[in-house]
Amino acid sequence: MKESVGTTGLIFNEPLLWEKGATGRIGFSLPRRDVDPCPLDDELKGGGPDFPDLSEQDVVRHFTRLSQWNFGVDSGMYPLGSCTMKYNPKTNERQASLPGFAGAHPLLPAELSQGVLKIMFDLEQYLAEITGLPAVTLQPAAGSHGELTGMMVISAYHKANGETRSKVLIPDTAHGTNPASAALCGFKSILVKSNDQGVLSPETIAEVMDEDTAAIMVTNPNTLGLFEENIKKVADIVHSKGGLVYGDGANMNAVMGIVNMKETGVDVLHLNLHKTFSTPHGGGGPGSGPICVTEELERFLPVPRVIEKDGKYELSENYPESIGKIHAFYGNFGVKLKAYSYILSMGANLKKVSQLAVLSANYIKESLKGVFHLPYDKPCMHECVFTDKNQEANKVSTLDIAKRLMEYGFHPPTIYFPLVVHGALMIEPTETESKEDIDHFIETMKAIADEAKKNPELLLEAPKTTKVRRLDEIAAARKPRLAG
Amino acid sequence: MRYLPHTSEDMASMLQKVGVESLDALFSTIPEDCRRKDDLNLPEPMSEWELNDHMNTLAGTMAVSPEYKVFLGAGSYDHYIPEAIKHLLMRSEVYTAYTPYQPEISQGTLQTIYEYQTLITRLLGMEVANASMYDGASSLAEALLMAIRITRRKKVAVSNAIHPLYRRVVQTYFAPTGYEIVEIPYLANGRTDLSALDNLEELAAVAVQSPNFFGCIEDLKEIGEKVHTAKKTLFVTCFTEPLAYGLLKSPGSLGADIVCGEGQSLGVSRSFGGPGLGIFASLNKYVRNMPGRLIGQTVDKDGKRGFVLTLATREQHIRREKATSNICSNQGLCATAATMYMASLGGTGFRELAGLNRDKAEYLKGELKKVGFTISFDSPTFNEFVAESPAGFETTYKKLLKRKIVAGLSLAPYYPELDDHYLFCVTETSSKEDMDALVKEVTS
Repeated sequence: MKESVGTTGLIFNEPLLWEKGATGRIGFSLPRRDVDPCPLDDELKGGGPDFPDLSEQDVVRHFTRLSQWNFGVDSGMYPLGSCTMKYNPKTNERQASLPGFAGAHPLLPAELSQGVLKIMFDLEQYLAEITGLPAVTLQPAAGSHGELTGMMVISAYHKANGETRSKVLIPDTAHGTNPASAALCGFKSILVKSNDQGVLSPETIAEVMDEDTAAIMVTNPNTLGLFEENIKKVADIVHSKGGLVYGDGANMNAVMGIVNMKETGVDVLHLNLHKTFSTPHGGGGPGSGPICVTEELERFLPVPRVIEKDGKYELSENYPESIGKIHAFYGNFGVKLKAYSYILSMGANLKKVSQLAVLSANYIKESLKGVFHLPYDKPCMHECVFTDKNQEANKVSTLDIAKRLMEYGFHPPTIYFPLVVHGALMIEPTETESKEDIDHFIETMKAIADEAKKNPELLLEAPKTTKVRRLDEIAAARKPRLAG
Repeated sequence: MRYLPHTSEDMASMLQKVGVESLDALFSTIPEDCRRKDDLNLPEPMSEWELNDHMNTLAGTMAVSPEYKVFLGAGSYDHYIPEAIKHLLMRSEVYTAYTPYQPEISQGTLQTIYEYQTLITRLLGMEVANASMYDGASSLAEALLMAIRITRRKKVAVSNAIHPLYRRVVQTYFAPTGYEIVEIPYLANGRTDLSALDNLEELAAVAVQSPNFFGCIEDLKEIGEKVHTAKKTLFVTCFTEPLAYGLLKSPGSLGADIVCGEGQSLGVSRSFGGPGLGIFASLNKYVRNMPGRLIGQTVDKDGKRGFVLTLATREQHIRREKATSNICSNQGLCATAATMYMASLGGTGFRELAGLNRDKAEYLKGELKKVGFTISFDSPTFNEFVAESPAGFETTYKKLLKRKIVAGLSLAPYYPELDDHYLFCVTETSSKEDMDALVKEVTS
């Protein structure tokens, strides 16, 4: 086997911030005082926060050391299913940090913020072109915020028709955020089982769909990495009873330039710019979750909306049926800017992106089939789902496989999700990994499967070479220590 | 294409392994009627330098300092961000990592966010803070929903001196479920009018902002005492300018049950309003009702200190429809920036910087008074204040824009009764000369 990329090296211990420093130090360049002090009433005055005082170098060394305990896309392959951990182009970071953008106040008059308004206007058009759904809002700050906004639009639509519907259908292959987003809009989730092919069957939907059901929330491609091939029939059934189709577009990386989401019957679709459109995840966020809707639903989109008049851009509040605002300003503009920059760099190559993402996932599926149990043996989209069934006899689980992968220098796939598959290992390579790296991953997975048979201890004890070993999560939850 | 490494040979051998003949054939499971009929109609791909030119041009249309002198606050503040923070945030291991689901290789993120949670509790005088929300507005909406869950009541009271855009977000969050919002008026001194508050027992929460939208510092102690005369009602305080707590008593020390707000001031650039940082903190007894992620301290197999995501049973991926919120991605990188910022200032620097912000704002207040402005509210303020302009100022305002000065925010669109009133903000980045120039232009 090729030499493992995972190795050991010198990393540093580093205490917590408040275990360092000495009172009176500072790591900040305070400006010269050019006005007189103007004391505040003692009644209102406090002592200020109990923060440690540190020098600039203390701070830099602290966070540099901490960063070395992390694994990022730039460290190595990160096949985290459903998260689309593709390469984050550096030019995007440059664009977002331009002073004209980074320093822009959100309440500047329109005539002094034409550049950002144009970016938002154009980005909306591009996303409409990519999805096939004509009207777009960029305001939601993350995917689940987009889901919430989309469900609010659906709620407003039914209200405008003089109806109150109480239920939402959610397949067992949907993202976990879907039921929570529906619940925030007061909807009750009805779980719908997918069939033995891993997709929705129109018959099941016909049985549960009724006139008290507001919508179905479909993740397509779904979390098994499969295209919902009956989506059009499902949508027709839902529409025939007056319901709407919500599309979770978190997996859009599989189908850009290939599928027209409007043609599939979707009425509202959210995108994750921090997945499909290459913006970094930042260790948890910020993301951006625009939603794209049909002409019929456009009037409910959040305000303000960017409009163009005679080549000038402005923000308009003039949408009386809008659901209102869902962000103080316009969402995570800095993230949108990176996605805009990515789309301009790629153009129609976005179709190639999806083709290669799907090629790589199928290649992994075919290469590991037999070594790991593949519950749905059919062509996949951008990700494939294996299980630990073949390893059960050796008392080795998905978790152990994941932990052993770290020692070889790979980020583990998504594990134990989707819930419909026991012991799931959900692998999404993305289009930016080269064939050599994918081959190395495949080789490593095979080696781990071999170890599971011959020396399971290696997996059960892993990881040993990381900054910390397996952590006691039960103790953490039982007696929470959430601040020092 | 530099982000797509597959050569023709790579593709050919991979296709062969998969057993299909072409890239198109990979999509055989997609029915014909779901497909696009045409190619993507997007602009021709730009080279890296073409993109730079394009973006430079667009960025050049924006009114930003130092070319412009912008006296705008209202939820987005111009504070200096140390170069060291910008450099640290660009470390790839920090910004290209996902949510720390695998703790053994995410200790950097986990320790940082644990430090963030800790520094936020110290800043606000609270017991527990989460790993962040989207922004100040959604943070407030989630705080009120949390109070509704805890008290099982369906009505909240919200001060009219809370940021008007935050109140609109709360309305949107409440609309589908029909929870009721009672508005509390403000007094002639710019503070919330508590005398208007009755039937406290019916309320899940009373929410005020301090410093409020007008910049006025609320008497949180008095409000908290009144709210707590009702047994279960929660006292929610919010903020748009956390730097104020370098100078003011913390909301926790004055009786707040939940504190939420916007943390953009703490080392996050304004970026046309986002990404910002939704800060969220509460008392320990409510932690299981809190939305959002939490990081906790624990030990590894060898007894070494380490950090993990914890109390996840509150969250959407486990609790599904019974979760405390649907939030998943948060503003982690902004929380990281805030941690670096708070660490760079330290307690000593934070107090000094806060003092400087107030002193500068007081200077401008005084100078504007001398040239015919009336200070609208006489309550003490931090780095923002409202001033009523002399007659004809609207024309002057437009003239000043041409001279690259943004002379505050007109309040008329938000508060029709405050026609001719402007909200001014001064931070440490405005020098005395900048303020003198504004005052001079106003009178010329």
